[in-house]
Amino acid sequence: MNLSFSPEYEAFRADVRAFVAEHWTAADAAATEVDPDSVAAMTGAAVRTDERAASFRTLAIERGYLYRHVPRAYGGSEQPPDPLKAVIIAEEFKAAKAPFEIMGQGPSMLVPTLLEHGTEAQKQRFVRDTLVGKIRWCQGYSEPGAGSDLASLRTKAELDGDHWVVNGQKIWTSSAQEAEWMFALVRTEPDRPKHDGITYMLIEMNSPGIDVRPLRQMTGDVDFSEVFFENVRVPADGVIGERGQGWVVSRSTLKHERALIGNAALQRRTFDGLLLLAQTVELRGGRAIDDPVIRDRLVAVETRLLAAERHGQRLLTLSARGEDPGFAAMVPKLYATGLSYDIAKLAMDVQGDKGLLAIGEEQAHFSGMFTVAYMWSLGILIAGGTANIQRNIIAERGLGMPREVRK
Amino acid sequence: MDFGLSEEQVLLKDSVRRYFEGECPTSRVRTVMEGSDGHDVGLWSGLTEMGIPGLLVPEAQGGSGLDLLDAALVAEEMGWACIPGPYLACVMATVGLLAVDDTSVAARLLSGIAAGDILATVALGEDGDEWDADRVQTRVEGGVLRGTKPLVPYAASADVVLVAARDAEGPGLWLVERGAGGMTIAPLEGSDMTRRVARVTLAETPGTKIASGRRAIDRARDAGLVLLAADAYGGAQRCVEMTRDYVLTREQFGQPIGAFQAVKHQLADLATQLEPALSLWWYAAHAYDHIPEDAARYAALAKAHLTDLYDRAMRDCTELHGGIGFTWEYDLQLWFRRAIFDRAFLGDAAHHRQRAADLAGW
Ligand SMILES: Cc1cc2nc3c(=O)[nH]c(=O)nc-3n(C[C@H](O)[C@H](O)[C@H](O)COP(=O)(O)OP(=O)(O)OC[C@H]3O[C@@H](n4cnc5c(N)ncnc54)[C@H](O)[C@@H]3O)c2cc1C
Repeated sequence: MNLSFSPEYEAFRADVRAFVAEHWTAADAAATEVDPDSVAAMTGAAVRTDERAASFRTLAIERGYLYRHVPRAYGGSEQPPDPLKAVIIAEEFKAAKAPFEIMGQGPSMLVPTLLEHGTEAQKQRFVRDTLVGKIRWCQGYSEPGAGSDLASLRTKAELDGDHWVVNGQKIWTSSAQEAEWMFALVRTEPDRPKHDGITYMLIEMNSPGIDVRPLRQMTGDVDFSEVFFENVRVPADGVIGERGQGWVVSRSTLKHERALIGNAALQRRTFDGLLLLAQTVELRGGRAIDDPVIRDRLVAVETRLLAAERHGQRLLTLSARGEDPGFAAMVPKLYATGLSYDIAKLAMDVQGDKGLLAIGEEQAHFSGMFTVAYMWSLGILIAGGTANIQRNIIAERGLGMPREVRK
Repeated sequence: MDFGLSEEQVLLKDSVRRYFEGECPTSRVRTVMEGSDGHDVGLWSGLTEMGIPGLLVPEAQGGSGLDLLDAALVAEEMGWACIPGPYLACVMATVGLLAVDDTSVAARLLSGIAAGDILATVALGEDGDEWDADRVQTRVEGGVLRGTKPLVPYAASADVVLVAARDAEGPGLWLVERGAGGMTIAPLEGSDMTRRVARVTLAETPGTKIASGRRAIDRARDAGLVLLAADAYGGAQRCVEMTRDYVLTREQFGQPIGAFQAVKHQLADLATQLEPALSLWWYAAHAYDHIPEDAARYAALAKAHLTDLYDRAMRDCTELHGGIGFTWEYDLQLWFRRAIFDRAFLGDAAHHRQRAADLAGW
């Protein structure tokens, strides 16, 4: 175990800092200022994807700072895995408010899937533009009748000459309104057993026959939608992997989605806000943080957050060493789900009676952003495979317990 | 940077595990539990041959000069195998001695510890659940100690006791030898008879001052906190594994009970909470030697969190065993008792969370 920054790393940090100072000016940083009270800041959605940010990212990729796991040929910077360098880059970029790797469905889920299963042409066509935010993606998996039991999906695609013709409906599709493309699971082999008849398809969102109908979430925001397909034509080569192999391909996307949700950065941000809140809010004649019960709960949730962060370092170390993380990689999503809830619930309690005020109400602390976190802790519990589905996976694949009967 | 164990550390863990598997099945644990002093001299001398008591002793004194993380990995294995004996006392005394002012006395004792000739323990806590150096009531005047130490590990077996006390200058550490005048040692019955404690009364007992101030006391306590966390982790993981194996074989309603979703989810939740906690105590152990600003606080956090989890693990695992889990004969209860010890010794979880909040300057 060695957590110190050797001279080599100190020099690396200086390089990164100099690079960022040169290419992302104070004026750029000022223009990036997101409203800290905003819902966007809370959910991590405030990411600049404009031209200026894209050109900075391109430079940063050239220098080997972003998308280090992605080959140069497809727009990454192809660096040997080095968790400490990754940490240094993230810290320096964050300090300078410089555009960092874009998270979200495209770069974090589709790109790894493409790298694993895509054709050369697909990788060339999509990876680079996705990494710099030029192509935004949405994930078309869930349907009204297919949630946890995703493989029962019914949106179908039939081959008609050199095109697929897609009919059906997706639901809960996050960012469907903004996205240029969708990666979707569709049924192409209706006669085969349900897992064997699915194909992984890339669909352009402005294709004729697509109808996106936004749905309002419990937070009040519009972030996910229903997506209807009526005779939507998709070129025959717009599939990843073999026809009928979509289930296998989708497994790798889901793995990455869970890693994304399990990442502790979001919980850290909410916790830091909570700590500030507890130190400033007055409750019953004193600082909230001086209340012994609140103080105890604060340390208890911080401890779990620290464990999650150190666990992340352990996973990075395992991957840098080329060792199989096994069970350790299965737990982050379920762990983060419970932790997010407890952080957000404590933040609600720290506000005392003011906690009842709505998101956006001026009298609310931080404009009610903790109510957003409180609600979103349920969003991440459900999205990407519910907590109970995670428990099934952890018990069956992780602990070797009997698989449940599935029809 | 690398947040993982070295090859040597993995080897150390493996060799300790193999030694316990071969030498200390739970039948032997039970024999030691029922014995008078809870100290299995044969087992301890085997550990001495492997260099375990001397892990933290500098090479100049015949030890290996390793870090607390190495010692904690051994504690994890002891938690896993439910190993009885004075290891915790030994490590706490060792790190206390490494922090004293009188280095010649310390050097003599440290060589004795590494060689297995001297069993040392520490007397820190006092009545009223007081584990803080600044609130020590045991007094020293004219070279003699006066006070009571209600929960001293392995006092009855120890050759020397390092006593936290105070004189006109404030808190410090005194060395009291076995058989010193006015010292009475009353062994107590603990729930966990694999880690013995005794009530030590000092009445005009002669002792030698070896450290001034609270540093040596704090170092001993913080090392103890990390070791308890590691023990709790090892024990909890073992019980999850035992329980997993049990629910795969026990059948009810015509199927293994492990096929029921409620059972699967209970175990999955437990294992999910435990897994990241490993990294917490690893970091606490690493910080103890290498990141001074985090050392005390992480020791407190790790002890609080891991012993809370151990409690939960033992409840869930016992529940999933049904009636057999509630019996004396079934081994699970041995770990249940260790969880009780780990939780209470050196102060409970809430106490350490309060300390952690203070240490953060909140
Ligand atoms: C904020 C948000 C964003 C989302 N974004 C997307 C997106 O971009 N793209 C997309 O495709 N989908 C998205 N989803 C959908 C999400 O993946 C599904 O909601 C989820 O998989 C659950 O499916 P369901 O809603 O049909 O619930 P159901 O499957 O009907 O589940 C209802 C309840 O039953 C439980 N349950 C079901 N089966 C089992 C079982 N075998 N064992 C135990 N319990 C079980 C579940 O745990 C849950 O508690 C999003 C959802 C949310 C909340």
